Amino acid sequence: MTKRLPKKDVVIIGLGWTGSIMAHELTDEGLDVVAIERGPWRDAPTDFPPTYMQDELRYRVRHELFLRPDQLTFSFRNKIGQTALPIRSWGAFMPPNGVGGGGVHWNAETWRFLPSDFVLKTHLTQRYGASFLPEDMTIQDWGVTYDELETHYDAFEYLCGTSGTAGNLKGQIQEGGNPFEGPRSRPYPTPAQKQPWGYQLFAKAARELGYKPFPQPSGNLSQAYTNTLGLQMGPCTYCGHCEWFGCANYSKASPQTTLLPALVRKSNFTARDNSEVVRINTDRSGKHATGVTFVDTSGEEWEQPADLVILSAYSLFNVQLLLHSGIGQPYDPEKNTGVIGRNFTHQTISSVNGFFDHTKYNFNPFVASGSIGMCVDEFNGDNFDHGPHGFVGGGYVGHVQTGARPIESTLVPPGTPKWGAAWKKAVKENYLSTVKPGTGVHGSFYAYRDVYLDLDPTYKDRFDRPLMRMTIDLHDNEVKQNKFLTDKFAEIIKAMGAKAVAPSYRTAPYDMTTYQTTHLNGGAIMGTDPTTSAVNKYLQHWDVSNLFVLGASAFPQNAGYNPTGTVAALAFWAASAIRNRYLKNTGPLIHV
Amino acid sequence: MLGASLTVLVVAGSGRSLANDPQEFSQIERGRYLAVASDCASCHTVPESKKPFAGGRPIETPFGNIVAPNITPDPETGIGVWTADAFDNALRKGRGRTGSHLYPAMPYNAYTKMSRRDVDDIFAYLKTVEPVRNKVESNTLPFPFNIRAAMGVWNALYFKEGEFKPNPEKSPEWNRGAFLVEGPGHCGACHTPKSFLGGDKTSQHLQGSQLQGWFAPNITNDPNGGLAKWSTDDLVVYLSSGHNRITAATGPMAEEVELSSSKMQEGDLHAIATYLQSVGGKAEAAKPIAATDPAMVAGDAIYRDQCSACHGLDGKGVPKLFPSLVDSGVSGPSDPTTAVRIILRGARSIGTKREPTAPGMPSYGTQLDDAQVAAVATYIRNAWGRSGPAVPPSTVKDVRADTAMRPD
Repeated sequence: MTKRLPKKDVVIIGLGWTGSIMAHELTDEGLDVVAIERGPWRDAPTDFPPTYMQDELRYRVRHELFLRPDQLTFSFRNKIGQTALPIRSWGAFMPPNGVGGGGVHWNAETWRFLPSDFVLKTHLTQRYGASFLPEDMTIQDWGVTYDELETHYDAFEYLCGTSGTAGNLKGQIQEGGNPFEGPRSRPYPTPAQKQPWGYQLFAKAARELGYKPFPQPSGNLSQAYTNTLGLQMGPCTYCGHCEWFGCANYSKASPQTTLLPALVRKSNFTARDNSEVVRINTDRSGKHATGVTFVDTSGEEWEQPADLVILSAYSLFNVQLLLHSGIGQPYDPEKNTGVIGRNFTHQTISSVNGFFDHTKYNFNPFVASGSIGMCVDEFNGDNFDHGPHGFVGGGYVGHVQTGARPIESTLVPPGTPKWGAAWKKAVKENYLSTVKPGTGVHGSFYAYRDVYLDLDPTYKDRFDRPLMRMTIDLHDNEVKQNKFLTDKFAEIIKAMGAKAVAPSYRTAPYDMTTYQTTHLNGGAIMGTDPTTSAVNKYLQHWDVSNLFVLGASAFPQNAGYNPTGTVAALAFWAASAIRNRYLKNTGPLIHV
Repeated sequence: MLGASLTVLVVAGSGRSLANDPQEFSQIERGRYLAVASDCASCHTVPESKKPFAGGRPIETPFGNIVAPNITPDPETGIGVWTADAFDNALRKGRGRTGSHLYPAMPYNAYTKMSRRDVDDIFAYLKTVEPVRNKVESNTLPFPFNIRAAMGVWNALYFKEGEFKPNPEKSPEWNRGAFLVEGPGHCGACHTPKSFLGGDKTSQHLQGSQLQGWFAPNITNDPNGGLAKWSTDDLVVYLSSGHNRITAATGPMAEEVELSSSKMQEGDLHAIATYLQSVGGKAEAAKPIAATDPAMVAGDAIYRDQCSACHGLDGKGVPKLFPSLVDSGVSGPSDPTTAVRIILRGARSIGTKREPTAPGMPSYGTQLDDAQVAAVATYIRNAWGRSGPAVPPSTVKDVRADTAMRPD
């Protein structure tokens, strides 16, 4: 028997970055907002105390902060025609759980996408001709432009206190920054983090090879900062426990450090944790959302009615909830119809380890932050002529070593025995003198007709709903792109003075067991055509106009950057559309 | 504003209530503000209960717990049938409605500095709050402290009845501050050391005292552990937001900031600061402990490992986020109870409208043993050119035992 709760103006599904941003914006508007979060409440000083947070076994190896697959998982296969099997231990990505979502465990690498990324199909077709693109590649323009998003990128960076060096201020290229970035209206709120020696050496080598290296934009702050809501943040201490971990030094931007303390003081905001939304409810027409149904930890089912529904869970859960709620037409790759599940993408990651003479090089690699490092952007997006190379896309490459935590940092040069005294000696000799970039090559992943999400015909979850099925593989375009970028990256590591380099390319088939990034995208993409996108340029659902779907599920394809900056900018963009347009005249914001 | 406040004080000296209209807004509003300045809610409201002034909160005293009574206008269980005279007797003379003695957990020895008009205004305000039926048995003290008549002796020793008399040689602002600190603000209730009978040691006025497992620091202008390094603005910012460039409010002071001083007018906070900065301290400097002392060597190492990430190697912390151990009275040379307690159990500062972050410090109680906590506590009071007596491990053991059963 479902119990019905009093109606709210807004119900928000998932209290991570986008849910918190939207909750803040809509409570500022005076609306009565409830956020429903599947996982537990998490608070910086009590849940991530520095007295025990730096525990690699607990947080990295045993996935403390992440969803448990026995609570909810997905099935996976590479190709149509294969039988998908459920994922029983997270590998390639880590679904977040709990208040703060992925904003708790991220590295805080805070990028903007290139202006051309938002008009990708048009741009590439104009420059190279339509026949240059692989036949089954289904990339699209976003419907929103960089210029429209600039002020919202800016809002997120000033919320977070992002540390960086501007490369393009209002069209003027700046020394020391990324010359390829889109114009920004003002500098980063705080200067770039100081770079330890290894990263400086990488930058020097890159400069000597003719590139323009710049510090990675970082949500781990270089100095104390008071954010736009009056919240205080502290300087990063380079503890080297960022990705997989929460931060109690108040130095990593997260919903906990930048939004929630202000949000919880508002009388028109309520949060329900440990409550899993299982369905978005619609009226008989199917065109109007009436609220959500959620289940608490005792198994009790509740209905939360609301006038406006914000779907702001992790990308995969957004798509899954739409499929389970029967909202939007499911994508069918055979017929090339439908939208929910379309243009599912990930990232194309690889790296190159460099081994240096330990008598001459000591990098102290444990001195690190999650978004430390020097990067070059010469091989990202369409920053270079793809004509001679026979692929599209790219990524930034950078020496981004987020720490040297003991369990995962026992690297030895190729040819070393895998155990015994010789191995131990090699570990000892190489620990301080190895360059091990976390995501050295951060390549894009473009969309294909046969990479998608749908409901599994066999496996069901604990609520007897079908699991969502991932069908995903690497295509030749991405494999070629990765080979090209990895080799370029290896040249820089070699030029640093490495005596040996060990590149590891990303190759097909797509491997679900080794971590790449948690940047899964698409499945409920934004666009200009309701037959090929789930939401319009304001992230408003084409069919159900009082439903907005936030997050990377809206990316038509993925660019060669970490997505959070763009995810957050889109949330501010959607919030602005709701506040300035939707609330004044509810209904579709775009008519086609 | 300040001039007006002082005028009110002088006028109030006539001792008569000026308004008897039960709907007189200015009287009710003035009473509300005085109730805020007097922090009535701290004792008379159970936190999170959403029943303001309904009583029932146990107030810890060295002699046992006293439960704060219901002061809503409920006729049976509150003050609904009280007369203005009875209310005045309670606030300014320490007498209950039937004439029996109140316990000085109710700070009538401070409230006596208020005028009759002040008290009438508070009474008028309390008449407007929602009546709550909540019967409270106040006296839960063990024998012999449960004998109220004994308070007659106590009053003879420690209670000096009488309204605040402005000092004509001082500025109106100083006088306003003195009135607020010594009267409604009852700062001495926590910050003035107590005799074995619980009376103020008047010779050590506001020089810091232990209560409820905390040490309320020295708030005189003392250079050793007092507020000598604080500017007037530091004090105003602290009282209004719970944070400043030096420190953060935790424990009972966090509650005071939340319920009282953050809701006071900035001019009044400025007056409080002006007055406190004029109160001299004891100014006794301890001999510094040599950096080669084994406790200092160990403390230095522990500090680098565990503390410096937030508080910095220079001990200066981050303004409004991580307290400056160099300048904070809590880490100074006086009673180490609060410093040791915070190291052992951690602490959460207060979030206010002006400073919503509410940062916290983690507990090191399971990570560091008594000797290690003592070493780092000794270190922080002798590092950076400061000096303070060594903290012995036995003190840590005592604080550990004392705080084990207390709420944080």
